[in-house]
Amino acid sequence: MKMPAPDDALIARKGEIVRALSRIVPGEGVVSEAADLTPFESDGLSAYRQRPLAVVLPETTAQVAEVLRWCQANGVKVVPRGAGTSLSGGALPLADGVVVGLSKFNRVLEVDYANRCAVVQPGVTNLAITEAVQAAGFYYAPDPSSQIACTIGGNVAENSGGVHCLKYGLTTNNLLGCELVLMSGEIVRLGGKAMDADGYDLLGLVTGSEGLLGIVTEVTVRILPKPQTAQALLLGFPTVEAAGACVGDIISAGVITAGLEMMDNPAIRAAEAFVGAGYPVDAAALLIVELDGPEAECAELAGHVRALATQRGADFVRVSASEAERLAFWAGRKAAFPAVGRIAPDYFCMDGTIPRGKLPQVLARITELSAEHGLGVANVFHAGDGNLHPLILYDADNEGELERAEAFGADILRLCVAVGGVLTGEHGVGVEKRDLMGEMFDATDLACQQRVKCAFDPGLLLNPGKVFPVLHRCAELGRVHVHRGKLAFPELPRF
Amino acid sequence: MLDEAIRTLRPTTPQELCALVAEAGAGARHIEVIGGGTKRAIGSMDRVDQVVSTQRLDRIVDYSPDELVLTVQSGVRLADIERLTAARGQMLAFEPPNWTRLLASRGEPTIGGVLGANLSGPRRIRAGAARDHFLGFEAVSGRGEIFKAGGKVVKNVTGYDLMKLMAGSWGTLAILTEVTLKGLPAPRTELTLLLFGLPDVRASEVMTTAMNGPFDVSGAAHLPSYAARARPLKAEMAVTALRLEGFEASVAARAEALFAALRPFGRIDQLDGDHSREFWGQIREVDAFAGDPRPLWRLSLPPSAGWKGPHGLPGDALYDWAGGQAWLLSEEPVAKVRAVTAALGGHALCLRGQPAFGPREGALGALQGRVKAAFDPLGVLNPGRMEDAL
Repeated sequence: MKMPAPDDALIARKGEIVRALSRIVPGEGVVSEAADLTPFESDGLSAYRQRPLAVVLPETTAQVAEVLRWCQANGVKVVPRGAGTSLSGGALPLADGVVVGLSKFNRVLEVDYANRCAVVQPGVTNLAITEAVQAAGFYYAPDPSSQIACTIGGNVAENSGGVHCLKYGLTTNNLLGCELVLMSGEIVRLGGKAMDADGYDLLGLVTGSEGLLGIVTEVTVRILPKPQTAQALLLGFPTVEAAGACVGDIISAGVITAGLEMMDNPAIRAAEAFVGAGYPVDAAALLIVELDGPEAECAELAGHVRALATQRGADFVRVSASEAERLAFWAGRKAAFPAVGRIAPDYFCMDGTIPRGKLPQVLARITELSAEHGLGVANVFHAGDGNLHPLILYDADNEGELERAEAFGADILRLCVAVGGVLTGEHGVGVEKRDLMGEMFDATDLACQQRVKCAFDPGLLLNPGKVFPVLHRCAELGRVHVHRGKLAFPELPRF
Repeated sequence: MLDEAIRTLRPTTPQELCALVAEAGAGARHIEVIGGGTKRAIGSMDRVDQVVSTQRLDRIVDYSPDELVLTVQSGVRLADIERLTAARGQMLAFEPPNWTRLLASRGEPTIGGVLGANLSGPRRIRAGAARDHFLGFEAVSGRGEIFKAGGKVVKNVTGYDLMKLMAGSWGTLAILTEVTLKGLPAPRTELTLLLFGLPDVRASEVMTTAMNGPFDVSGAAHLPSYAARARPLKAEMAVTALRLEGFEASVAARAEALFAALRPFGRIDQLDGDHSREFWGQIREVDAFAGDPRPLWRLSLPPSAGWKGPHGLPGDALYDWAGGQAWLLSEEPVAKVRAVTAALGGHALCLRGQPAFGPREGALGALQGRVKAAFDPLGVLNPGRMEDAL
């Protein structure tokens, strides 16, 4: 993975840049000493590290606007950062760029129960939104595993998901509005408390744009009344195929589960060794099925799912009888990443989505690839929506293993695309999958996306080096390739 | 744009369509883009040289009910998709309306048109809008280039979410040629609770109570007496309606709980099965306001403020989306309707009457203009549409 070559002239101007930023955000708003910059060197994708030129921590929208305006006028690149939990390197700094951290935007501004929404600053954590509204019986639905740390601003940038998103959607389906600062320093409000806005749906466009289009300084999220009850089933299967078929059966039966997770045997063993959740360590695959709603609904559907699982040969069936038991069922899955972290010094978490029907074929091929690359792998899977998280095990201290892990990961993602899936279901492209974008999109597709970038940030100063494998100048992209007398398809019949 | 002398071209392949757009761009000509042409009454546009319909891009590409995914060409008729999914116990959960009676239009809505206008019915409050079920597409941009975005799986964040941008862009950025949508299981059963004679503010409280409890309401509408007395309902007084859908045991349990929560608001009646379906079809199509000669507005507002919009604007109203979508028949001046709506934190679309869309203003308006130019720099597609008030 290579980042764009840093501009030495900019790095030489560090003193001037720090002074200018300090004038905009006085006090302790600018971090510039090498030792103080270390915590900002990487995000959740810790395989890649880069010390930024400086970090600025504004407290107001006006300061964010002023910082961006100054950076644009002076050609300084900017990397936005929330909690720094991105798994795709979305917040990886640039040697010649300034990190704009939103950690001081940490207030819940308004909870509006009558309109079922909350207005929050981008540095508020995902879980803190639920905590702010749960006493009134509400919650914020998207629940990425990092929800105790990750911020809503980062969730907007990455369009984060979670285990409940088959039923309740990703971030984009749970937003009503935001305030966005453009690289020019202009401040725009997208959406509000109504269910749609006038003009193009720029809120939808900005969500998941990975910090390339603007910096979000306020977010209005939809909150939902908490379901009355939730119940979970643990289902162990002797084969991956049987577990996969059972998922298909559940969905075909018209049951949209609140959560539907699968773990393969290595992941089951790692999780069980770590938290002792009572998982069947000999099962080839384990399903965790969560149902929520009124008690009558959970009971009816749990019986239904249990019968379907038994028909598919499940040899381990548990239905949670209490809230404590339901949480215990989830404990292993929620701890799957750290559990895997115990059995290998490092791991890479992949994030492709596949048509669910291709699961046995894809898992079989991943096993082969594991042997070919000489690296272990454990698979956890949001089975309901086809989002696969293979965890590639490696040791960065061993010469060449990081590169082998990267190559293994790239092969898995190519496989996902080849079977009709996509590179990333919820973690984002970032730097991690940037160079694979060509597997899914051709040059024309990518040019269309990059022209959107140009509409927001014509100088390409906001988070460069992420998402797009090649940076085209906007002037070059803007040319109209249609010329008088020269048709795109001269051979086609006319009307 | 309704000049019948202008030829309507109906390409049969994306490549033919692409060639048409490229030629138009090269010849500085302008194209009106339509599917079935059923929403042409909404808004106006500058003079065009050609009308291009996607109607003959009418192939069902792939339907995998087990994957909850449907891929079709954009000219496939909405009615055909509804039949196709219903046969497998599924549906487009956003419950798209036709509005053909409302707009007195001829023809059959296409899925491309539904997405282009981001049309969503009463279930929008629970299931999301058309844009939330739009997974991927291929299209021809105003530059005369075929491009794609998104994917054919239900969960995907690869690249910008251009589906959101296309949904509700009224054909001004690109012409969709193939679209992938999420299908969801259709509910086994449905039931509607009705309350009568409530003033608007009280009805708003009823809808908030229902939405804020664990009842999983999938439709919340209020018809003040004018709308309730109109065809086809012809009720004697105002009607407030709440829909529950799902598995039988669940609907029964939630109905009992909701009944108890709403008892303080008065007598409660119940509509079952087909009667419930028929009622919500009428809400979805805004049938009460079909055939009325007055200008028709759709106000999108914070739900609890919904009833306030029409109260500042003399006329007759009907509320869907728990108040978030207010339909208004009113002769009030355009500027006043927009000002009252904006002051409440919403926006207004004029369905019958002009101009349809709000003005593009300030930094946001300029940004919208740059986004248009990114896809259609020569202004080939639907020139002037969505820019009425400029």
